[in-house]
Amino acid sequence: MNNIQEIAEHKPTPGFFGAVGAIIWKDLAAELRSRELLSAMLVFALLVVLIFNFALELDAGTRRVATPGILWATFAFAGTLGLNRSMAVEKDRGCLDGLLLAPVDRSAIYFGKTISNLAFMLIVEAVVLPIYSVLYNTNLFNPGLIVVILLGSVGYVAVGTLLSSMAVQTRTRDVLLPILLFPVVIPILIAAVKASSGFLQGLGLTDVMPYINLLIVYDVIFIAVAYMVFDFVVEE
Amino acid sequence: MITVKKLVKRFGLKTVLRGLDFEVQEGEFVALLGPNGAGKTTFLRILATLSRPSFGEVRVAGHRLPAEAAAVRSNLGVVSHLPLLYGDLTAEENLQFYGRMYGVFELRKRIDEILELVGLTSRRRDLVRTFSRGMQQRLAIGRAILPNPEVLLFDEPHTGLDQDACDMLDGLLREVAGQGRTVVMTSHDLARVEDLASRFDVLSRGIISASSKRNEMGKNNLLDFYRKALAAAV
Repeated sequence: MNNIQEIAEHKPTPGFFGAVGAIIWKDLAAELRSRELLSAMLVFALLVVLIFNFALELDAGTRRVATPGILWATFAFAGTLGLNRSMAVEKDRGCLDGLLLAPVDRSAIYFGKTISNLAFMLIVEAVVLPIYSVLYNTNLFNPGLIVVILLGSVGYVAVGTLLSSMAVQTRTRDVLLPILLFPVVIPILIAAVKASSGFLQGLGLTDVMPYINLLIVYDVIFIAVAYMVFDFVVEE
Repeated sequence: MITVKKLVKRFGLKTVLRGLDFEVQEGEFVALLGPNGAGKTTFLRILATLSRPSFGEVRVAGHRLPAEAAAVRSNLGVVSHLPLLYGDLTAEENLQFYGRMYGVFELRKRIDEILELVGLTSRRRDLVRTFSRGMQQRLAIGRAILPNPEVLLFDEPHTGLDQDACDMLDGLLREVAGQGRTVVMTSHDLARVEDLASRFDVLSRGIISASSKRNEMGKNNLLDFYRKALAAAV
């Protein structure tokens, strides 16, 4: 028996969580060094907030009503930019093939990419919220709003990562992702805007809970769907 | 080690592979030759589990595809003309990442061995995007052999390399293949593969149109063999 055979017979299999962790580590390490994705998302998000600020010239009353819409439009646009870039990095140097060649359940790739995309989106949101508070003179430090932003971001990134892995295989990936993504995430955006609005207007939990429940159900369904179909989506 | 029977691959109405039969014994180094568009890359992607066959039977390292794709992948190393490496990670970090994806034992020690083998120990902490194309390709080979695969698939690994880098790569390919691995390499550069492979197969019009072992072929006869194989396939 030669050396290669001996090693092959005792070949370890990587764990699911080990692979997920490796992808998250790789994405964060690469981003920490290049800062390409985060800086693009941040600049874009801040520009959107600024444009809305100058374009709408809201008074104190309408500001409270418009804030959830402006916030979620900002998060959705910046998120799309990040999702596109995150998958383009994998595709451009053939690294997506490198990931697909690993002997792991391919859903581990999906979860790894989803968690790192979520981390990038949450970082952008954490920077945008205080800046928005100052610019619009609105207090956004509401625990309920933070929960809504977390749930909305999970759903948005769960769907976005799946669709970006599909769009990245095409020549028109930059255009295709928003066209595919926005119709699918409309329920999330509506529920997130309504729930955010409820918390900012000081409504009771019973008024906001239907939207929170919708967000939770949407998150669970789309994570489950992505888990089942990711293997087929990324295969040629 | 690799058995392919009546393999058909279709993309929509276009049939790329038309009932291809192919067999590779353990430890063989097969050069898969053919003109551009012959289906070499498509065939290699099927062996690499990156694409599903439309029809036919494919077995790699004793496992059937696509049903046992994960088991095949753990015994497979792939090098293509793209390096499959992250430019914003160092050479060491790239190997660390792939080592974790493959669950490699004693990863640090293995990374040291690989970097030594591919001659990049002194550049281990440099970002891959600062590497020349030849250095990236050497590291790509290191990435492919990191989990000690039984089967190696090389898809035009010399693409874009200058003469010196090609020579260096050939030395590395010889060393890697000499460790008892089974190798399939696609190429349309006959001069490059003539001294490397132990067998030459010509893929033309979706089938293997000719096959010959090196010891059955006279020296400098590869070009004649290749031309006859292409002519016979027309």
